[in-house]
Amino acid sequence: MLSRTADSLYWVGRYVERADFLARILESTLRLSSVPSRDGEVAAAWRTALNSAGVSAAYDESGRDVTELSVRDFLAFSPDNPSSICSCINRARTNARSGRTALTVELWEAINGAWNALEEQGQPTRRDEFSEFLGWVKSVTLLVEGSASRSMMRNAAYWFLRLGGALERADNTARLLDAKYHLLLPEGEPVGGQLDYFQWTTLLRQVSALTAYRWVYRDSVKPWLVADLLVLNRQMPRSLASCQASIVEYLERLAADYGRRGPAQRLASARLGKLEEASMEVIFQSGLHEYIEDFLDENARLSQAVIDQYLT
Amino acid sequence: MFFDEMTGHGAAGEVRESYRALSRWLADSPPDLLEARSKQAEFYFRRMGITFAVYGQVNASERLIPFDIVPRILSASEWLLLEAGLVQRVAALNLFLKDIYGAQECIRAGIIPADIVLTNPHFRPEMTGRRPPQDIWVHIAGVDLVRTDEDAFYVLEDNARTPSGVSYMLENREMMMRLFPDLFSEYPVRPVENYTDMLLHSLKTSAPDSASRDPCVVVLTPGPFNSAYYEHSFLADKLGVELVEGSDLYVDDALVYMRTTEGPRRVDVIYRRVDDDFLDPLTFNPDSALGVPGLMLAYQAGNVTLANAVGTGVADDKAVYTYMPEIIRFFTGEDPILHNVPTWRCREPDALKEVLSRLDEVVVKEVGGSGGYGMLVGPAATKDEIETFRKKLIADPAAFIAQPTLQLSTAPTFCGSQLSGRHVDLRPFVLTGPQGVQVAPGGLTRVALKEGSLVVNSSQGGGTKDTWVLDV
Repeated sequence: MLSRTADSLYWVGRYVERADFLARILESTLRLSSVPSRDGEVAAAWRTALNSAGVSAAYDESGRDVTELSVRDFLAFSPDNPSSICSCINRARTNARSGRTALTVELWEAINGAWNALEEQGQPTRRDEFSEFLGWVKSVTLLVEGSASRSMMRNAAYWFLRLGGALERADNTARLLDAKYHLLLPEGEPVGGQLDYFQWTTLLRQVSALTAYRWVYRDSVKPWLVADLLVLNRQMPRSLASCQASIVEYLERLAADYGRRGPAQRLASARLGKLEEASMEVIFQSGLHEYIEDFLDENARLSQAVIDQYLT
Repeated sequence: MFFDEMTGHGAAGEVRESYRALSRWLADSPPDLLEARSKQAEFYFRRMGITFAVYGQVNASERLIPFDIVPRILSASEWLLLEAGLVQRVAALNLFLKDIYGAQECIRAGIIPADIVLTNPHFRPEMTGRRPPQDIWVHIAGVDLVRTDEDAFYVLEDNARTPSGVSYMLENREMMMRLFPDLFSEYPVRPVENYTDMLLHSLKTSAPDSASRDPCVVVLTPGPFNSAYYEHSFLADKLGVELVEGSDLYVDDALVYMRTTEGPRRVDVIYRRVDDDFLDPLTFNPDSALGVPGLMLAYQAGNVTLANAVGTGVADDKAVYTYMPEIIRFFTGEDPILHNVPTWRCREPDALKEVLSRLDEVVVKEVGGSGGYGMLVGPAATKDEIETFRKKLIADPAAFIAQPTLQLSTAPTFCGSQLSGRHVDLRPFVLTGPQGVQVAPGGLTRVALKEGSLVVNSSQGGGTKDTWVLDV
């Protein structure tokens, strides 16, 4: 297929995943900020949302104050924020349109339908209406996901779409962890009170894993187990290890279709190997923060390798 | 009184035979059913993204072309005549283009003045002495026809460059089958859906001799911002070929390649929806970012087929159009089956005098214009508009032709809540391959939605209808 078309599909995958991630961050922050709390904590929660979305710097440059309404607007609707939910849907649609021939009618209609409905959705400010908007965003990503999985051939087009989604998801989980690493302490460290508990459960909600946590660990929420779930647990689809395994799978499918492996495949499997050998004790010893920074850097290197190998 | 496709000249209770079942069906359908179906159609079109862009309008970046749910019907015998006329006309166009870039016998025989051909802005000297692969120039033509009476069809213009609208012919039919399945059991409508198979076949068989046994065909688009992008992606999808932009292609050693995820792949046939001027910045417009540097070199070396060929715009020209009856006689030895609209060539002094004396009755068009822009519709124009146009006409008569205002036929159209007659034209699509000329049994019926309006162009408020050609 055309390199440009592969590039479009890859970005459709990334933007749809990002829109979904933003909806989850907003949902859980909304929940956190409606819990009774001391002054300043609410602003801190919205600041963390900006950090997790990776747009803190851009937000400050826009000259806005950190208030709930303003952050919500910036993350959900603002056309000035290239990663707002609306911008993501717009860009996913632009890319889908430009790679239209590689999409099935079902997938195209799901994306184009979402784009058409943006206007109708409006930009609600009331909390309940805003929550409904976020629910709608999640339903869009489910529809896109389902259309892709039920209607597409398992060929290069599909793997590029999925690869974009998996790389984006890995990035998102890592940024989420990076914004909260100071709360995730190794076993035995003294931990804070009720507030920290809310922070951990918020973190789990952001990756839709609160229930999963209870099933996996059958224990109350403990920071080191939260870290384990999000970094190493292979049953958890948004953990770093799971994302990495998906990236490797899609790259290997491409290599099999094309009969050739390249730098992207080698880089990706080497990283998966390291993740499989890792343990949380070792990661905590050398620093969770440093570990995540490294992961983000390597993710950027891998994205570049994919671009060089296939998309240009 | 206008001729109406359904009721003819409107004698009391008259309904033309091909419309009888439809007329009964319309009379039996409650008006809110039609309205509901009409809204449903709009919803489907929007969801599928069947839109077009209007240049110069910032906010309305994507619009729908209004779709009218009442089909336009042509009987088998009407179609037989049109089809024969179209095949003859397009065959003549191909021979004419081959001749003007070759022996130029039609000029020497005095069929058409040399200057109209050789100084034509669409004449490409680069093609002189060249023969495109398989000697085919106009692979895809769209011929605009109008009707004024039971047996009176006229050719309004020939689109021999990159005619558009065929996706609407196909999508309108899909929509009608979805909305009114029961109507199709009352009518033996000839299918149009094999158009893309016919197109793929004629593109593949037009490949250069040096191409591989299964030639690689692509559709070349200017990109998503082009007004007809939907159609380009639609066609690529139905043909099962890549939709490429200029930057996806490159030329190496006079061969054309596309950049793929598996490395370069040789391209044999380019169905290009990009005008000549933008094809190759090394040969034509150097500022064009849409084109492929070196493409003309590969083309002149005979290593790639461009459909349509470079330089076919001459046959698209309105001044050349006026000579089509003579061109058809000269190249086919037959009388034209389809007639031109009687036309005054304003470059001829007598004709100019005639036109100037009746500007309020005639339609004046720029010879190089298209899309319904830059024309004067005399009966609908104000005094000021006429006087402004008079000055333009006197300043450069050769840039204009004029035609009597035709009494275009009307067809029943759903307007708001009721049926009403609106003026229509018809653009059938004609394919040429080494095996000959074929016409898809249907076409694009455009309808002027504004009451009394004669301008059917989608850029100026026109809509479309499904066009039914009956089998018996």
